[in-house]
Amino acid sequence: MQQEVVLAMLAKEPSQGYQLRARLNQALGPLGEAINAGQIYVTLSRLEKAGLVVREATDASIGPDRKVFDLTPAGQERVAEWLAEVTWPKPDLAEFHLKLITAAQAGLADPIALVDAQRRELLRRLRDVQQAEMAETDGSDAALLLEGIVLRLQADLRWLGACEANWTERMKNR
Amino acid sequence: MTKEQPMTEPDKAILQARGLRKEYGRDEGLVRAVDDVDLDVIRGETLAIMGPSGCGKSTLLHLLGGLDRPTGGELWLDGKRIDQLSERGLAHLRRREIGFVFQAYHLMDELTARENVELPALLAGNSPRQARERAMEFLDQVGLADRSTHLPSALSGGQRQRVAIARALVNEPVVVLPDEPTGNLDSAATLEVLRLFDHLHAAGLTLVIVTHDERVAATADRIVSMRDGALVDETRLTGGGNLADLVTLER
Repeated sequence: MQQEVVLAMLAKEPSQGYQLRARLNQALGPLGEAINAGQIYVTLSRLEKAGLVVREATDASIGPDRKVFDLTPAGQERVAEWLAEVTWPKPDLAEFHLKLITAAQAGLADPIALVDAQRRELLRRLRDVQQAEMAETDGSDAALLLEGIVLRLQADLRWLGACEANWTERMKNR
Repeated sequence: MTKEQPMTEPDKAILQARGLRKEYGRDEGLVRAVDDVDLDVIRGETLAIMGPSGCGKSTLLHLLGGLDRPTGGELWLDGKRIDQLSERGLAHLRRREIGFVFQAYHLMDELTARENVELPALLAGNSPRQARERAMEFLDQVGLADRSTHLPSALSGGQRQRVAIARALVNEPVVVLPDEPTGNLDSAATLEVLRLFDHLHAAGLTLVIVTHDERVAATADRIVSMRDGALVDETRLTGGGNLADLVTLER
């Protein structure tokens, strides 16, 4: 679990671990199902050691083991930095591109067959994500994230279409 | 000349093509728009036909629905041979047994949503009252009962396409043939239409969809790819992967 995510989830108000988990699940919908409570507590104790989070005095009224966590000033500063950071995952297409080239050069595999297999896998994923998106209410947090994944997969599938067209031509000219 | 119906699981195939061809021009200029296509559409399935522009997929759909006549080959719909029907027979087929959905909706601008859906029901011989009731029933099915008096110009793209789908359904056709149904739609409207197809599929409707939209194809049970007039690949889609594997929150 990425530390900054847990940290930023605490910025709203001091919270208990289960509340953070509920907020994450709300934001991620079916994509958050793999996150377990243990991961959040492990991350919280790391953040505590780093001085970014404090464990507040236990409120007796909510039970003996209910620990409420809050950001320290350093934690707040880290959240502000994280929000301002511009990061974006880089598309990782070079590996597949090289697969096609090396397969064709060595005559080990038909590049078109490799494209077909890849396309089947991406369509399968697109189907799953789209089913999940259709099950969400319009405008939910999770629907927006699912839409992003759908559009990504669609872009990858279009690139595979370009790969297919290109390699079909190349194989004809061999 | 009558031939036996092709031997496939006869209880399952609702629409079958055997050696289907459509040619234009002659000699040097001969174009095989549809080139020896064999296809079995199973009752209740959603089949997507994909392929680049000009591969012949729309021509194939037009042949399947009797909008156009094949140069050769056979077509069977629900156990009846349809490639040799008279013009009258074809018109009847298009009216009663096939539902078309087009990219540009093809609604009549001066008619309300309800009147657009009513029209084919009237042409099929329903009384005005029956036609009106059926139109309302199918508008309701596509979630637009409250838009029945709107003109198409007062509807969003997704809503127009849903009206067009209600119109395609109103005579309870054996098969519905959408041609690039999301081609004019943005992402949200595409989802509206996909949801509707999903409901119709669950209700047992047979859909053959021509599309180059991967999102539409991903909702199908089966995808066939077309190149230069011929079917070249078939993919059967199964889901069931783990969604949570698709996001990562690690760093």
